[in-house]
Amino acid sequence: MSKGVLVDVTRCIACRSCMVSCKSWNDLPSIPGGFQNNWDAPGKMDANNWTVVNNYMIEDGDDIKWRFVKKQCMHCLEPACESACFTHSFVKTKEGAVIYKPTTLNQDYCVGCRYCMIACPFGVPSFQWDKAFPYVLKCRFCYDRMKEEGLEPACVTSCPTQTLKFGDREELLAEAWDRINKNPNYVKRVYGEKEYGGTSWLYISDVPFDKIGFRTEAYGKPVTERSIPSLTWDVLKWTPAIFFGWGALLTAMRAYTKRRAEVHDESEMYAPVDPKE
Amino acid sequence: MQIGRNWSFRITAFRMLLFAFVAIAVAAALYRFVYGLGAVTNLSDEWPWGLWIGFDLLCGIALAGGGFSTALIVHVLHKDKYLPIARAALLTSLIGYIIALVSLFLDIGRWYNFWRPFFYWGFHSVLFEVFWCISLYTTVQVLEFGDIFFEKVNFPAMKKILGALMTPMLILGIVLPSLHQSSLGSLYIVAIDRLYPLWWSMIIPFFFVWSAFFLGPAMVTVEGTLAARAYGREPEMHVFESLTKVTLWMMVIYLIVKIIDLVYRGVFSMAFNGSYESNMFLIEMIGFVVIPIIMYAIPSIRTKLWGVLTASILVVVGVIFNRMNVVFTGMAKAAGGSYFPSFWEWMITIGMWSALVLLYCFVVENFPILSKEDHVSHGHDFASKPGIHA
Repeated sequence: MSKGVLVDVTRCIACRSCMVSCKSWNDLPSIPGGFQNNWDAPGKMDANNWTVVNNYMIEDGDDIKWRFVKKQCMHCLEPACESACFTHSFVKTKEGAVIYKPTTLNQDYCVGCRYCMIACPFGVPSFQWDKAFPYVLKCRFCYDRMKEEGLEPACVTSCPTQTLKFGDREELLAEAWDRINKNPNYVKRVYGEKEYGGTSWLYISDVPFDKIGFRTEAYGKPVTERSIPSLTWDVLKWTPAIFFGWGALLTAMRAYTKRRAEVHDESEMYAPVDPKE
Repeated sequence: MQIGRNWSFRITAFRMLLFAFVAIAVAAALYRFVYGLGAVTNLSDEWPWGLWIGFDLLCGIALAGGGFSTALIVHVLHKDKYLPIARAALLTSLIGYIIALVSLFLDIGRWYNFWRPFFYWGFHSVLFEVFWCISLYTTVQVLEFGDIFFEKVNFPAMKKILGALMTPMLILGIVLPSLHQSSLGSLYIVAIDRLYPLWWSMIIPFFFVWSAFFLGPAMVTVEGTLAARAYGREPEMHVFESLTKVTLWMMVIYLIVKIIDLVYRGVFSMAFNGSYESNMFLIEMIGFVVIPIIMYAIPSIRTKLWGVLTASILVVVGVIFNRMNVVFTGMAKAAGGSYFPSFWEWMITIGMWSALVLLYCFVVENFPILSKEDHVSHGHDFASKPGIHA
């Protein structure tokens, strides 16, 4: 079964245990000055920080809500990074994790072209800009824990408020709608259910998603519910037909016009130029 | 400077300057290989692709479009009056691709893995198609150029083999670039919801390949004039003028399809919403598409060298402008953060294009690339002159 995590934004208290446990399980270096207690500076994911908790102040008249949102790779059902990679260095495992093979499976095919970073609709993959031979790094859904030891991801284990719940995606989705339907405070939407073809990580919230850093619309239209790989495939699938069709057409045209054309001796027509002083 | 008995390369102050740029770029490139991309570029997680991909690769390949459009016109449609510019177009195209490949090599992080896509088939990736087509097409161009090379370096056996391969190579030499010029546009289909809707479209591959094609004749005009000036030759005005017909009609179709596409997707009004993106889009479409169309359409402009040259420069700049809009302007709002190329990114780019100029000069001064002068300066209809026909 494909796994997922349900994130209930209403429960997060911003203790950031998930960030710490992510770092320690994945042996990510801590950078002095990286973890600060400064709520005004939103954290960004990068090659050494695979998950961050950001805060959002939502003011509605006198009603002020402060919400904390954990972000990491969404683990798309049909990942854009996987389809964008021309060496297939990303893969969606049957467990649901989207993993980067060079570091997770020790299969070093990555060229470092960074097209995955262009392709990801959530801006997740990060590059080791300071390395001579950089990797593209991101959350791997603790694939090693999941696969080898049957454990939950490190962040889920360390969450003290049950903001994060690990389980089968389909069951979590049902539970998400159950929570939404039982409590009118929730926004009637599960972020990750359909966006870009759906993601393994699902979010529910009591404040509008566009107020807590999720894109719900782009340039006046709702974000697409089609997966990015399916869009590219709509174009790419024509490649063989164009190759052979266009090639055949050109060959025919060349043969047809050649009969009428005069023959030239090309070696008589051109000469090296004499560079003038 | 004489190199051996058969080779020469004239050294001028300007060429020394270009050599200096190349040397600086080589030093910066070595530094980048040792200390990583972060040490020389301003790239970031928000802006993973910058000047080298946006300009050197995307524009370099587009500007090399002269190679395949000329090949189609001359070798498939057998429009022989364009023969005088055929080899020059092939040469610029070949050098353009080499520059693009070198830029790509500098830009990729794990460059020792560059050959992996040949063996690990990520065929669901647009980049896979781009990579295969560009590699194969560069090979094809090297072989096509080999035919010219062995005219100078006497080796009849090789010339014969290449001669036999010429037809399939010419066909491949049009099919492959058609595919990857369009795929360079398809690369941005993944940027749905992020690339501004005035540029994002499911038919962006059409816009890319079509513009690369009509850019070809304009590029041939610009570089032909430059070469004529540099070597004190007569510009091939009659060729330039009749090429304008190709460009003109292709640009009219481009404009019409663009408008239909915008209307169909319901974003036509965004072109006039006053945003930064909409203004850049209007500059692109009016300044670099509509105005050249008008200039090409008026006989008293297109028959003058200044007229055809100005219009062609607008077309060339316009295609660069379009690629820059796709890579930077259209992505800026969604990417967040800011990007401006670092000093060293500029220096490497400048060095790369300096190398292009030097290489071009060396080749045309040593190989039969440009048409023999006496044919050009006297007659107007080059191909019909007696003595050329075998």
